[in-house]
Amino acid sequence: MKTILLSGNTSLSYAVKQLDVDVISAYPITPQTTMVEKLSEYVANGELNAEFIPVESEHSALTAALAASAAGARVFTSTSSQGLLLMHEILFITAAMRMPVVMGIADRAVSAPINIWNDHSDIMAQRDAGWICFFAESAQEAYDKTIQSYRVAEDENVHLPVNLNFDGFILTHTYEPVTTLDDEEVLKYAPKKIRSLVLDPKSPYTFGALGSPEYYFEAKYQAVKALEDSFDAIVKADKEYKKISGRGYGIFNAYMTDDADTILVSLGSIGGSVREIVRRMRRDGAKVGSLSLKLFRPFPAKQIVDTLLKTKSVVVLEKATSPGAISGPLHMEIQASLKTFDVTIPAINIIAGLGGREIGPEDIRIMFNKGLKVASQKRVDTIMDYVGVNI
Amino acid sequence: MPYKTVKDLPLKENFGPGHRLCQGCGAGIIARLVTKVAGDNTIITNATGCLEVSSTFYPDTAWGIPWIHIAFENAAAAASGIRAAYNAMIRKGLKDSSPNVIALGGDGGTADIGLQALSGALERGDHFTYICYDNEAYMNTGIQRSSATPYGAWTTTSPPGKLSPGQKTEKKNLVAIAVAHGIKYAATANVAYIVDAANKIEKALNTSGASFIHFLSPCTPGWRIDTASSVKVSRLAVQTALWPLYEVVNGEYITTVKVAKRLPVTEYLKVQGRFRHIVNKPEEVAKIQAIADSNAAKFGYGPLSQ
Repeated sequence: MKTILLSGNTSLSYAVKQLDVDVISAYPITPQTTMVEKLSEYVANGELNAEFIPVESEHSALTAALAASAAGARVFTSTSSQGLLLMHEILFITAAMRMPVVMGIADRAVSAPINIWNDHSDIMAQRDAGWICFFAESAQEAYDKTIQSYRVAEDENVHLPVNLNFDGFILTHTYEPVTTLDDEEVLKYAPKKIRSLVLDPKSPYTFGALGSPEYYFEAKYQAVKALEDSFDAIVKADKEYKKISGRGYGIFNAYMTDDADTILVSLGSIGGSVREIVRRMRRDGAKVGSLSLKLFRPFPAKQIVDTLLKTKSVVVLEKATSPGAISGPLHMEIQASLKTFDVTIPAINIIAGLGGREIGPEDIRIMFNKGLKVASQKRVDTIMDYVGVNI
Repeated sequence: MPYKTVKDLPLKENFGPGHRLCQGCGAGIIARLVTKVAGDNTIITNATGCLEVSSTFYPDTAWGIPWIHIAFENAAAAASGIRAAYNAMIRKGLKDSSPNVIALGGDGGTADIGLQALSGALERGDHFTYICYDNEAYMNTGIQRSSATPYGAWTTTSPPGKLSPGQKTEKKNLVAIAVAHGIKYAATANVAYIVDAANKIEKALNTSGASFIHFLSPCTPGWRIDTASSVKVSRLAVQTALWPLYEVVNGEYITTVKVAKRLPVTEYLKVQGRFRHIVNKPEEVAKIQAIADSNAAKFGYGPLSQ
């Protein structure tokens, strides 16, 4: 165990090296680039015994990763924004073919206008692809979650691809002291497995056959069910990881939620800032709390509702939109979760931080104050609101 | 050892009967030949298309060797992934033998939507063989033009009309594109010249790095030909010099099947319904004859037999 200075990007690269990945297939895109640079270096200087395929597009990056996984290799790819959108077609196929591909996503806004800074528009547009979907809050967490991702993806009861989201620039380019495990510990926790259902001339199988109406539905159902059922494996992987590292993250970080009048739900790196504002506002007597989600797919609806149960209002902070919809993608899920479990708590949606617009301490206070107002009024005037946009 | 007659071909079949390709389909002949020559130690990646949908209708499969289909435009990228997986796993002692990796795609999946992935894989020099079965249009969706549809041909999206002769463009030169990547082996092939094709497949598989074969694949519904005539029509493509047979070894073009006396292109055009609208138009036939003449000059085919 040693502590080294890593950015979000290089923390993933470092974990991938320790995981003894066999094939890396990636295409550079800001702000993910330094991750693939580091991985190419590891391969070039022999620190990682792997094949690095310098593909000509993200579409091929995921295709090659999927095919290498089908051949039995442990694989990694990563991307961001437009690259993730270019992968869109293959994302669905990877999940439906049940390939344990692990992908890092340096979350970034989607064109137009072209913009290289952080928001969650890229991953939210892929949320129905059937992947397990994690969000990290720090480089440390990105490192830890990468290792957990392989354990979960390759679990015989799961066998699904995993994407690990970490905010572009905010996490990808910020260096932090990251406490790492020893190589042996990593491989003991996430051992490489010899899979039998692979592309091997010794036992020929056909992969990717045509599924007619008599069969397609069952195949789809099984992939959907596998994602739903992966929840236990995800929780277990986190607990086991905590045993060896002392670090576990749970499916979300709930901070001062027990007696909160309003709880702000968020995804990704903003969670730390939100907790800091909770501390400050609590000093002034405002009963506010934070719930920072670590797991977005499968969506832990029941656990979220259990945590929100006693509060008087919910604020869903979202770095993405669903144009024309009643609210943003995360807010819709929270609303649906509350309703599904017959819990009536007013929940408002705040869209903020699009295209890297900074979300400052004052902005978060504004969001909490909106939540407190809803809590006292016991009604929602505006479901979807914006903070930080000049209109 | 080079194959001299069809009797030399391996007996083992890895593309089984029971597939759902049309009678007389060139893709079936090609798949059967490729799997015979390549043998058991082979992995196939197949682009979306006629061959893919007709050979793996779940729960049936026609393939006796490992086979994967992912999507339409990425068979070459899939081949790269499979090769990389085997390279790494062999180095780590997780696999003991290196298989042939073959990508199969139609002309749409190769010359159009899959050209980028193909270019990437060829440029990287990944060790695999790409075989394009070119039936000269999007046949799986019902005969729409591609960049490999020959000049003048009728398709549903290149219909002849008052303002159009049918397909307005000449075929994209896939072998030239492949060769431009500096690959060591590329060739054309034809289902009427099975021994020539078998030797080319074997050479391609034994080439280090990437190799490419462009196979003419007759399509009976798309070309509007009789189901029993697809091999005969394919032979006419060679004998008219519209589909010259050659290979490109380390950049050097070598004609593999010579034709001493060429047939006029009308012999090829008149037996296919897709050219019915131009076969009696001398100015259009002359344009197609000019393409054949140019091929003949380049590949050393003989004069027209009148």
